[in-house]
Amino acid sequence: MANVTITIDSKKVTVPSGTFIIEAAKEVGIEIPALCYDPNLEVVGACRLCLVEVEGSRKLQTACSTKVWDGMVVHTRSERVVKARKEILQLLLDNHPNDCLTCQKAGECLLQKYAYEYDVKFREHDGDRRPALVDTSSPYILKDDSKCILCGKCVRTCAQVADRQVLTFANRGFNTRIVADIDLSLEESSCVSCNRCVTVCPVGALLDKRLMGKGRPWEFEIKEVKCKVCEYGCDFEVLSRNGKNVAVRAKAPSNGRPLCLKGRLTTEFIYLDEPYTPYKKENGEFKETTWKEALGLDNIIEKLLDKEEISTGVEYNG
Amino acid sequence: MTNSIEEVEYNDAIFVIGSNTTENHPVIGTFMKRALRRGAKLIVADPRRIELADYADVFLQIKPGTNIALLNGMMHVIIEEELYDKEYVAKNTENFEDLKLVVKDYTPEVAAEICGVDKEDIIKAARIYAKAERAGIYYAMGITQHTTGTHAVMSISNLSLLCGNIGKEAAGVNPLRGQNNVQGACDMGGLPTDYPGYQKVFKPEVQEKFERAWNAKLSNKVGLTIPEIMNEAEEGKIKFIYIMGENPMVSDPDINHVRKALTNLDFLVVQDIFLTETAELADVVLPAASFAEKEGTFTNTERRVQRVRKAIEPVGNSKPDWKILMELMDRLGHDRVYTHPSEIMDEIRTVTPSYAGISYERLEGEGIQWPCPDVNHPGTKYLHKEKVARGKGLLMAVDHRDSAELPDKDYPFIFTTGRILYHYHTRTMTGRVEGLNKLAPTSFVEINESTANKLNISNGEKVRLVSRRGSVETYAKVTDIVDEDVLFMPFHYAESAANYLTNTKIDKTAKIPELKVAAVRIEKLGR
Amino acid sequence: MANIIINGKGYQVEDGITILEACNRLGIDIPTLCHDERLEPYAACRLCVVEIKGKGKLETSCSTKVRDGMEIETHSERVIRARKEILDLLFSNHPNDCLTCEKSGECKLQDYCYEYGIVEGTYIGEKKNYPLDESNPFYTFDPNKCILCGKCVRVCSELQGTNAIGLKDRGFDTKVSTPFDMGLATSKCVSCGNCVAVCPVGALMPKKRERYRAWEVRRVKTTCSYCGVGCQMYLLVKGDKVVGVEPAKSRPNNGLLCVKGRFGYNFINHPDRLKTPLIKRNGKFEEATWEEAYDLIVSKINEIKGKYGPDAFAGLTSARCTNEENYLFQKMFRALIGTNNVDHCARL
Repeated sequence: MANVTITIDSKKVTVPSGTFIIEAAKEVGIEIPALCYDPNLEVVGACRLCLVEVEGSRKLQTACSTKVWDGMVVHTRSERVVKARKEILQLLLDNHPNDCLTCQKAGECLLQKYAYEYDVKFREHDGDRRPALVDTSSPYILKDDSKCILCGKCVRTCAQVADRQVLTFANRGFNTRIVADIDLSLEESSCVSCNRCVTVCPVGALLDKRLMGKGRPWEFEIKEVKCKVCEYGCDFEVLSRNGKNVAVRAKAPSNGRPLCLKGRLTTEFIYLDEPYTPYKKENGEFKETTWKEALGLDNIIEKLLDKEEISTGVEYNG
Repeated sequence: MTNSIEEVEYNDAIFVIGSNTTENHPVIGTFMKRALRRGAKLIVADPRRIELADYADVFLQIKPGTNIALLNGMMHVIIEEELYDKEYVAKNTENFEDLKLVVKDYTPEVAAEICGVDKEDIIKAARIYAKAERAGIYYAMGITQHTTGTHAVMSISNLSLLCGNIGKEAAGVNPLRGQNNVQGACDMGGLPTDYPGYQKVFKPEVQEKFERAWNAKLSNKVGLTIPEIMNEAEEGKIKFIYIMGENPMVSDPDINHVRKALTNLDFLVVQDIFLTETAELADVVLPAASFAEKEGTFTNTERRVQRVRKAIEPVGNSKPDWKILMELMDRLGHDRVYTHPSEIMDEIRTVTPSYAGISYERLEGEGIQWPCPDVNHPGTKYLHKEKVARGKGLLMAVDHRDSAELPDKDYPFIFTTGRILYHYHTRTMTGRVEGLNKLAPTSFVEINESTANKLNISNGEKVRLVSRRGSVETYAKVTDIVDEDVLFMPFHYAESAANYLTNTKIDKTAKIPELKVAAVRIEKLGR
Repeated sequence: MANIIINGKGYQVEDGITILEACNRLGIDIPTLCHDERLEPYAACRLCVVEIKGKGKLETSCSTKVRDGMEIETHSERVIRARKEILDLLFSNHPNDCLTCEKSGECKLQDYCYEYGIVEGTYIGEKKNYPLDESNPFYTFDPNKCILCGKCVRVCSELQGTNAIGLKDRGFDTKVSTPFDMGLATSKCVSCGNCVAVCPVGALMPKKRERYRAWEVRRVKTTCSYCGVGCQMYLLVKGDKVVGVEPAKSRPNNGLLCVKGRFGYNFINHPDRLKTPLIKRNGKFEEATWEEAYDLIVSKINEIKGKYGPDAFAGLTSARCTNEENYLFQKMFRALIGTNNVDHCARL
């Protein structure tokens, strides 16, 4: 592909034609804010936060979906751009609960990050707010619709795995929501708790429930580990606080790494000082289960015991 | 300091002389104030009514240059009233009779006359100091920057020995060092007479030791001090000067003389973090990394060796000073390479007895106070514990001598210099901090209200100060902090540097210039 | 020694210490907003309350000393209910702006609300509404965020000894204030920032030049580079910039700093910093490489040494540089150039 040269905030950069502005900007160290954009997902241009000014265009353009052309001149932080972003952020905040005080996402929340960066605060208003629908049915995922900003990342990442495709958009306009299947609870739905959606959610709408109350993101020490269950080797993070490993969480899926519950539970079991109860979904119902069963080791362990490869108190030779 | 900073809080009496502690060592100032909350008594002697004077049980507003007279006067009272520690003096000191003889002449009346204070205050101060179970003396440049600086330090030592305040906790003789690593620079042999650890260059056994350690032929000739270096440079005998992290074009006395000296060289190298007034004169300027960009150690005023840690990469192409020196030394035939400053410390330990037990590993906690003779030694909280280092404390009787330059008809005021809270040394660092400049934007001269009134000078008015060596313009700060015949000016500001006026006359022993006393006149310039 | 029982477990602790001290030493976490081990107990925030068997009322652990035979519950239902009530009351009169609050991430009130599950303030009523005091060049005081723990006032008087601030009025109107409410700039304040260092919430905050969230910075412990006291402090680093300084609670300064150490760090990343070697040619500085600079210096050293001998050299080493650098400098002059003409500004 031919290369084109463009100017972003008076910095020149040469990139392959067909590159999106947001990626070209990254090349020269300019970060354009975006809530719905993810290089691993289909581009949708939904959040509009990545708006930039392109010389020659009257309207602001979304940097995530506009391709570069030779000689393009882009301004990513002009007064007009900043004003537009502030407005978008203000509208998002107007429909978002003000609970960063204790929100589990605080510290990693993109809405919080950009609100700070653009100095936008919550304000009092009499308008409608999203209903506070909280789905607590799953022991693995907490889904809080009141915090959802409808970026659709969860829907797109769920759809990337052919046999999942659980999450979809429902309704229209102000009533738009993300639902599981035909608006079922996560428990009732076909959700397999792989947590792909949790890893991409930019706000606190989809949270790893097993992290709740374990500490604030800034308190954790993080160690990256690879899952050992299958050859995909998905990436996980072991979170520790005050010297204790308190939680395991999935890193965003990429390069064909699908993420799955079994892998996550196995990683939990290996690394956590005190692994908490595993749950298994049977006929649309979550039930407490044993680690043996959760990790699918029932038959294996019996056989190992049988072969005396594992036991207690048996002396080995050599 | 013979003692530690944490001990200041537990002194029963604190004697501050020639130190504006709350401005120049603010955190030690807080320890003093906490001692007062615990009931300690405070004696302050200073030509200026500094903040601590407000809390003092006795404040002696002495004339600049009269420290020794005051100390002798106090000792006179202490001996006369038999308040001294007889047992300690008999057991641990020498030369008491000489001291007695000399201070005999310094009756409170005589001392009060020389110092320009009330004799009752001298008596009171003497009693407070002598009667306290644990009394510490704290001093700084107000004692040392005189032609009689060495004598004044001896005098302080006399007073302390006389009352048995050496070798015990929460007492002692405590010079407060002005710069972060002035203690370390001295410890490391940054002196013309001393190798690291104060080992003398002229002693054959020392010379031999270092020749072996460094694998080099060494000179046994005592080197030159800065004032001597400047003189010889002006005379053309010194041809090459290498200045690392110093700014004599603001800090040294008689700047016109310093300029002549530095511009008369064949070659001048300046290594610094900013293009200072001195660097402007250099042939080569080497960009150094700041303290935030390198690993190393500083030694503080209580002899505590502490770690400096790298927080960011050196800015631009700058390099840590140790790396620059190492690379240069390599080209001059040095036989060693260091990959980390800890390896330099490992070399220091082998040649410096007081640092022998110090390694980076051991410094991880709260640092170590030297002397630390071996790796199992915990360091030394206060000195002379068992006995005075030289065996017995030598009482060195000294007389008051006038400053080199006294006011006269043409230059009727005593000019004295110092530092203020909001700036540091030559302002290369603090001058680049917006908030500090907001709090202390310009140079000024403190002038007493009635003097100002007589000369028709009002607060904030522009004035010119003239001495025999130069003149500067600055702003009048009308105040009751100084006496009527004294003018005070901070030396930080390069644009109207106090050191154009100061005297280069030095103390014969320590070679310290008399920055605290010069004669000047003041001229009204109008706004 | 005193034998006491905490949460059903027996311990032996030193006589005369407070319950809070005992718990701290035993690793039992008790929340507190107003306590600082360097200050006199104050028992203002009441968050550290514990239940003592035989006592009707809950007692503040920071001000109650252990007694032999004492039975203490630090996290009983009653204690937790009381703590929740206190936090609820505090947050009900506190701005809800963790979204952008500069303290977020290191705010004690936030920490405890998370720990005790206080999601919002349930008491609806009047909230404090005071103007900010922005008169000090280095920090801001926002009385609306103040929880009246009194730490700033006590540090200023008990530790710093400056007495610039005090508590004014009573009840709901109580406020940390300077005399006559004239603002910090006109007070006795010496801008040491030791009050800022102990504020548990966002009431006293440094003015930032670079914007950053608490969780974005690294802390590097080091020694202050100003006077000879050698205070220990943390440099706050974001990316390649030093963006702040905080005091360290260790010898010799034990958590205190002065205005220069605390706020005088902007020189580090100042644009005036020398970034490349300079060689003067025809009276003008020109940028040079390190190689060029070294070569020139070495050739001059050799030339002058050949002509005039080693005593034509002099070096000014530095009270500003490290021990290691001073050692190398004097070694260079003595061992490689051959003169003892080395000195530094110890006398200035």
